[in-house]
Amino acid sequence: MNRWLPFEWIAAVRFLREGRLQTLFIIAGIAIGVGVIVFMSAMLAGLEANFLKRVLTSQPQIQLLPLDQVARPLRNRKGEMEIATIQRPSQRIISIDQWPKIRDNMLAIPEVTAVAPTMTGSMLAVRGDASRAITVNGVEPGSYFQIVRVPDYIVAGEARLTSEDIILGMELARDLGATIGDKLNIRAASGATRALTVSGIVDLGNKGANMRMTYVALRTAQSLLGMIGGVTTIDLTVRDIYAADVLARQIQSSNAVKAESWMKTNAQFFTAVRAQSTSNTLIRIFVGLSIAFGIAAVLIVSVIQRSKEIGILRAMGAARGQILRIFLIQGGVLGFFGSLFGLALGVGALVYWHSIARQVDGSELFPLIIERSLIVNTAILATVTGLLAAMAPALRAAKLDPVVAIRG
Amino acid sequence: MAEEIIRLDKVCKAYNIGLPSQTEVLHDIDLRLERGEFLALMGPSGSGKSTLLNIIGLLDRPTSGRLFIKGAETSALGDADLTRLRGHTIGFVFQYHHLISAFTALENVMMPLLVENGFPGAEIERRARDLIARVGLQSVSHHLAMNMSGGQQQRIAVARALAMNPDLILADEPTGNLDSKSADAVFDLMRQVNRDSGASFLIVTHNLALAKRCDRIIEVVDGRIRD
Repeated sequence: MNRWLPFEWIAAVRFLREGRLQTLFIIAGIAIGVGVIVFMSAMLAGLEANFLKRVLTSQPQIQLLPLDQVARPLRNRKGEMEIATIQRPSQRIISIDQWPKIRDNMLAIPEVTAVAPTMTGSMLAVRGDASRAITVNGVEPGSYFQIVRVPDYIVAGEARLTSEDIILGMELARDLGATIGDKLNIRAASGATRALTVSGIVDLGNKGANMRMTYVALRTAQSLLGMIGGVTTIDLTVRDIYAADVLARQIQSSNAVKAESWMKTNAQFFTAVRAQSTSNTLIRIFVGLSIAFGIAAVLIVSVIQRSKEIGILRAMGAARGQILRIFLIQGGVLGFFGSLFGLALGVGALVYWHSIARQVDGSELFPLIIERSLIVNTAILATVTGLLAAMAPALRAAKLDPVVAIRG
Repeated sequence: MAEEIIRLDKVCKAYNIGLPSQTEVLHDIDLRLERGEFLALMGPSGSGKSTLLNIIGLLDRPTSGRLFIKGAETSALGDADLTRLRGHTIGFVFQYHHLISAFTALENVMMPLLVENGFPGAEIERRARDLIARVGLQSVSHHLAMNMSGGQQQRIAVARALAMNPDLILADEPTGNLDSKSADAVFDLMRQVNRDSGASFLIVTHNLALAKRCDRIIEVVDGRIRD
């Protein structure tokens, strides 16, 4: 008998040891449940982090655009219009009005981490007999590459953007038969043409983007689109990606621009992330409940089996509180040890799955993220679940009438 | 005059009060037990012996009447106070031994002291060893209950009942489940403890031969005492 253990702990541990088969089965049950929670949580967190990384490092988190061009109908008097129908005007590519001032405003917002003005337009890329419609992104590499990690996506060449350079999506490069150092003719709708050298080829992880996306220096795009000194968008990244929508609305309300967050432009993706997170939470709740009911069932059986012994302890002078604690401790111990084995099981399964699960391109399906908080919180949660689950059996044991209990 | 340990004053006990199935088990029981007395309580099955024993042992409350333990009235005491008083004053020996199966003989004897003190100190273990030596079972002190004979278990139960040095030991048919040799051994042990420690004994038994070896026999018939 351990001298440093109080009576309730000694009794709880002895009762669990005596019913060792029962104890082993319930600990195995808890371990499987905890293992599933750990495995799923860590894997889904990894998948989500991977998806978010891919989405958020290949596009800005907030994009500022010029305000829509609207028709202003003529009015005779207040409330009286000259014409009955108003036709929506075609949207010309125009520069954001006073964009340097807006950029400075954005740099002054603490939540904003990077600001990059860009000039975007549609053009034609021609090489020999081949021609393709392309989207030209004129960027300042220093600021833009903080937002879209173009250098991370380079599969050939380098992320160099002088006024004579162009970076192509890999599908586009294949369609045009272009490799590093080749010259391409880029033709704008206005007829302006520039010959640019392919400095890099990127894989943006999306076939559509790889077929049309190109990057050039901002001044090159401005020159081709005939808007010297203008920009069509200002791209931003923010500290808290989930606050992007709120921040976009604030920016729009205080600046003469249209602000769109990544949540709005990727609504389907965002919904999928949220749905995945919700389903994970639901699974955790139901697994937790099944663990709790398992522990409660085992302890209820134990109370029934030990009712005579509980009666004897009460006859010897054991208080109701002592009996209550004996069974609560059993619940907590089951939860704690179940969670330890479950954590080992979950982490083991996660490491194994991480080593064999691969994406189509051979890269890892999800990053192996095992946070200390997940381990600690799971152990605490399982122990608390054990304690709560033991409450009903413990109360039942504490309320046993010793006369009835001894008589059986 | 010897010190009074127990006094029952017009104690009645009824079950299912106010229901058609109301049952009167004990009627106006008056009983006095002095320090060092060794009493046998006899009576046919269903006469109310065990109910009387449970009331005296503070495991049950009388419907009416008063119970005094060492001169103090108990009817006003709450559950926690009764539990404490029971732990300090009364030891129990049951027919079916009721040792706690997860513990060894030594640990079972330590149990009342452990319940009281909270931690198993060296002093508690020494006292338990002394008690086991007194019942002559040092050789089985580390055996679990299932590895001991009925007679050995009952002697351990007697040692356990003595752990808190109680004023009164209540034994509900302590030899009822033993062969005659073991029954005699357990009875002799209780008699010896009675002489050595001065603890009073109230023993429920159906065995007239054993009852005749007690100081006094009290007979309970239909819930009333017949001396």
